[in-house]
Amino acid sequence: MPVEKKYETPLLDQLETGEWPSFVKEIKAAAENNAMANDLLGLLEQSYREKIGHWKHGGIVGVMGYGGGVIGRYTDLPDKYPAISHFHTMRVNQPAGWFYTSEALRTLCDIWDAHGSGLTNMHGSTGDIIFLGTRTEELENVFSKLTAAGFDLGGSGSDVRTPSCCCGKARCEWACYDTMGLTYYITNRYQDELHRPAFPYKMKFKMSGCPNDCVASVARADISIIGTWRDEIQVNQEEVRNYAKSGLDITKEIAMLCPGKCIEWDGNEIQIDNSNCRHCMHCINLMPKALAPGKDRGAAILVGSKAPIVEGALLSSVLVPFIKLEEPYDDLEIWEVIENMWDIWCEEGKNRERIGEFIQRVGLGNFLDAIGLEPQPEMVAFPRDNPYVFYEEYFEEEEDQ
Amino acid sequence: MALDIEKVKEAMYKLVKDSAGMKKWKATDLHKACEELFGDEYDKRGIGKDAIKELVEEGKLVYTYFGGSYLEIPHKEGAAND
Repeated sequence: MPVEKKYETPLLDQLETGEWPSFVKEIKAAAENNAMANDLLGLLEQSYREKIGHWKHGGIVGVMGYGGGVIGRYTDLPDKYPAISHFHTMRVNQPAGWFYTSEALRTLCDIWDAHGSGLTNMHGSTGDIIFLGTRTEELENVFSKLTAAGFDLGGSGSDVRTPSCCCGKARCEWACYDTMGLTYYITNRYQDELHRPAFPYKMKFKMSGCPNDCVASVARADISIIGTWRDEIQVNQEEVRNYAKSGLDITKEIAMLCPGKCIEWDGNEIQIDNSNCRHCMHCINLMPKALAPGKDRGAAILVGSKAPIVEGALLSSVLVPFIKLEEPYDDLEIWEVIENMWDIWCEEGKNRERIGEFIQRVGLGNFLDAIGLEPQPEMVAFPRDNPYVFYEEYFEEEEDQ
Repeated sequence: MALDIEKVKEAMYKLVKDSAGMKKWKATDLHKACEELFGDEYDKRGIGKDAIKELVEEGKLVYTYFGGSYLEIPHKEGAAND
């Protein structure tokens, strides 16, 4: 049903100028038929004018039985903007790799047009489909229609957040394992942890198929599963020569920029010292027709990264240097390691302490000891630098001497 | 004899109800308290998890989020608009 325009928005209008898509344009389009979107324009204009946000946090709203998936929001100006007096966000668990049929997208949009503001984020930084703005009494209606359409809510709060991954073997020749298959498995294995928050703080899994790490798991996930290989980079020397003939300066643009300094180019053939390769993907990215990851593929499992929220940003550290990730996933030993990690983190972690911060506080050596994992040389903060695992036998030798 | 889930639910509910307004309970806090109450019989991954799930599904407890996720007695929150 058409909605009458209620607000002049001179400040927002400036954000529609220029060549790029504008969120203002999208909210205005939704506002033509949706009172919530219409009131959102008025409130946002007021916020820009006053330089004050007009939102309150709602901590209780949700659907029956779940502790995640809904983020409560109320405006502090409900009399002035009654249509958005409730404006809760819903997180919907996205399919692995973000693949949809156009029919599935239409279904999602129809549900949200009927029960919410009609505004979405595709996708939020967690990876979920984000439905922006609905009332408390509409939450169960949305949830039941979503589940009927084969969707479920995602994670929020102190739970396993919706696992996300790159498109993996579905569209990428460099995928070293089936990221989408593993993401689907983890989503199902940890349904309870996803919907019923039981941790000191959030717990994110992100799966990348190769060290290019297209989902930035090394910087954003508490548990990063990043594809890699343990044999030699595959080389097609004829294609290498073709790159050189077409103008690529292999010495300057590849060999000199190699972080392991393991590449030599004699003008005819490329030589790679694989024992010093850092698996950074730089050479493979620049010569995709000539080079490829090795054939013995799997993944490294890292732990502890986070974006800066309560404290500063952390990058992940290696926990398992290499593991073959093949079905049946049930048989992998890594689940026991992960669940042991959760146990010690739940037992000793402080409220709002991410697992990476917890590891920093107790020390990686103590953490490994507690979860029953042997230290390995690959468990370093930065490659070839600064190992922070302590080997007790060294100290014992010193004491003996 | 195995620990009765109803006993665990009752204990958890009492812990949350008796300290409402004074202490917020995380799931891990409830597990720790129940480990003290029931000793080795209590398994947080089994009966503990199931007890919380049932309490929430029965509507006796709700999950809330205030910086972290907690389990509380259902109530109308202060921030809520009509």
